Amino acid sequence: MKGYNFAYLDEQTKRMIRRGLLKAVAVPGHQVPFGSREMPLPYGWGTGGIQVTASILGAEDVLKVIDQGADDTTNAVSIRRFFARTAGVRTTTATAEATVIQTRHRIPEKQLREDQIIVYQVPQPEPLYRLEPSRVETQRMHGLADYGLMHVKLYEDIARFGQISISYDYPVMVNERYLMSPSPIPAFDNPKMDMMPALQLFGAGREKRIYAIPPWTRVRSLDFVDHPFRAINAPHPCGVCGATDSYLDEIVTDDRGGRLFVCSDTDHCAERREAAT
Amino acid sequence: MTLLSGRGLNLDFGGITALADVDVDLWPGEMLAIVGESGSGKTTLLNVLSGRLAPDAGVVWYRDPNDHRHDVHAMPAPALRTLHRSDWGFVHQDPRQNLRMAVSAGGNVGERLMAQGARHYGDIRGAALDWLAQVEIDANRIDDLPRTFSGGMLQRLQIARTLVTHPRLVFMDEPTGGLDVSVQARLLDLIRSLVARLRIAVVLVTHDIAVARLLAHRIAVMQRGRIVETGLTDQVLDDPRHPYTQLLVSSVLSA
Amino acid sequence: MTVMLRTKALAKSFTLHLRDGLVLPVLSGIDLAVSAGECVVLTGPSGTGKSTLMRSLYGNYRADSGAILIRHRGETVDLALADPRTILDVRHETLGYVSQFLRVVPRVSALDVVAEVLLARGLDQAAARDTARALLLRLNIPARLHAIPPATFSGGEQQRVNLARGFIAGHPILLLDEPTASLDAENRAVVIGMVRDAKAAGTAIVAICHDADVRDAIADRLFSMTPFQDAA
Repeated sequence: MKGYNFAYLDEQTKRMIRRGLLKAVAVPGHQVPFGSREMPLPYGWGTGGIQVTASILGAEDVLKVIDQGADDTTNAVSIRRFFARTAGVRTTTATAEATVIQTRHRIPEKQLREDQIIVYQVPQPEPLYRLEPSRVETQRMHGLADYGLMHVKLYEDIARFGQISISYDYPVMVNERYLMSPSPIPAFDNPKMDMMPALQLFGAGREKRIYAIPPWTRVRSLDFVDHPFRAINAPHPCGVCGATDSYLDEIVTDDRGGRLFVCSDTDHCAERREAAT
Repeated sequence: MTLLSGRGLNLDFGGITALADVDVDLWPGEMLAIVGESGSGKTTLLNVLSGRLAPDAGVVWYRDPNDHRHDVHAMPAPALRTLHRSDWGFVHQDPRQNLRMAVSAGGNVGERLMAQGARHYGDIRGAALDWLAQVEIDANRIDDLPRTFSGGMLQRLQIARTLVTHPRLVFMDEPTGGLDVSVQARLLDLIRSLVARLRIAVVLVTHDIAVARLLAHRIAVMQRGRIVETGLTDQVLDDPRHPYTQLLVSSVLSA
Repeated sequence: MTVMLRTKALAKSFTLHLRDGLVLPVLSGIDLAVSAGECVVLTGPSGTGKSTLMRSLYGNYRADSGAILIRHRGETVDLALADPRTILDVRHETLGYVSQFLRVVPRVSALDVVAEVLLARGLDQAAARDTARALLLRLNIPARLHAIPPATFSGGEQQRVNLARGFIAGHPILLLDEPTASLDAENRAVVIGMVRDAKAAGTAIVAICHDADVRDAIADRLFSMTPFQDAA
């Protein structure tokens, strides 16, 4: 596309973001502020993820973009086309083919490799956001690893509901040091983050924060010894491919209560269907 | 061997002398009352001793459970914060300052345990129940929010929350201030028996001499930033020597 | 017999700053010695400093000069020079004091007021309460009063709780300030019995006692005080 730098952002901005990314990778789970730029879409639509992707993309990369697991929603299509135009990179819907995967709120079912990077779109990077209104105070808590408050919240859940009631954006401890928000992925996906071979990068455009998990890093979901973390999923097989171990979307099919449970990861589902035929 | 020592503490607030050449010692298991009227500097002294406020001059030494001496104001912030969460406690006059009003009583009591790494829900809840019993809060209030508690209950909850990690040293700032007399009596008795049983050292700031007489082994009388008299509580209150102490003691109304 | 308590040239005055620094000398040059198993009764008119001397011996009043030598843990401690923790230890271990008035603590029952002393010495609650109960009964405080805080007791009842609290630990030195002041004849006799038992156990006792009969029954020696007492 004429008039735009490769992948839209100017080189100085990419340099600034890459510095932030290096710092983030050096301190796993720690939130690094960055100078979030004006992007051609509003806050809340993935500007953070887009800026991170734009900073790491190279001409030889193959890009996959998913939105809640699907390659074919409006947002996923828009962002994929955006990079196709401004960077001229090859795009794909196949997880195995991609070198960079930008995602909103899901981790692909297929295990990622060491040569892949996954970029998460993050609305609210601060895991203590709802518990402690003061940013000054949360900064202090992160700095001093003073995370009792988060465990109190989990305690309260068990006292009130008999179990931890967090189903997405489930807080994790990264490298046994920083409390981190994994972004609003379902709790079901949390175990995939632990010792993942791929590099995981997180971008929050509105909140202007970057953080990262280097490959092969311990990521532990918070829990109690006698109330251990469980990856919860709908107790159904996929209505299309029959998978019993993937995260499912619940689709309302008619107005008589009909429902269909289908793999949220469209590529995974398609791959399984092809293998079956 | 003293547990906590202040030497040569001085502090000015823009021309107003808050502390002038103050020396203080506290031994393990002993309760020291710091009494004085408004503006005497007693709360300032408490804040300096607990590391919350830095003095202009002087040093505060603390001896940890391994017998190492630390300069409280030279400690790195994480170490001081850890100290406040474990070996030390601070009971505020207003319990709301030290409680999470949107968290249940059990959560409030268990928080310090969780901050120290406790990871067994059942054990944490058990410890919370145990402490609620020790401060005479009914067990079935464990999941209630502090918003529903009376002033005396809030103060007792604050005490439970503070003592749950078995601190060796607790700072108390007018713990019974603002409470009804009967509520005060109950709270004082509770503090008295807990402190004696757990052998906690306490620095207690109060303007109420009767509270000092009831609870403290030793007393330090402050006037305008200076300690004017110090000694055993019964000595200082029955045989006051400094003019200000004599004035203070003679001013106390008796029922 | 071992001298348990000895004063040397003990002097005490009060400076009343609220009265423009008026100085009230009360004690001067007091030399008193009390041996184990002996009861010395301080005598003299009111205002001669008997209570002041008593409180000075306990470390409650601070001496201006002179020494208060106490036999404590096999050594001699000068209470006039001792630091606060030593004084507390002496009071805990060696030196007991029965004052004229019971200082009332809210909410604590009569039984626990007395039992507390033994709890502080390491006894378990059940044993401490048993001993306290027996002593209160000896002093004719009936069982139905044991669970009640003494604030509402009569003067005589409060005094008997005070006495129980003072005697229960078996301190080697006891200071008794008017031990029978509010008591009837029967209870006076009980107290006399307790004093005799203590003496037989080797306790050194200093007492103030206005009742002549009681004084005669318990005193081995009298120490008479006059204003500005010199040699004993």
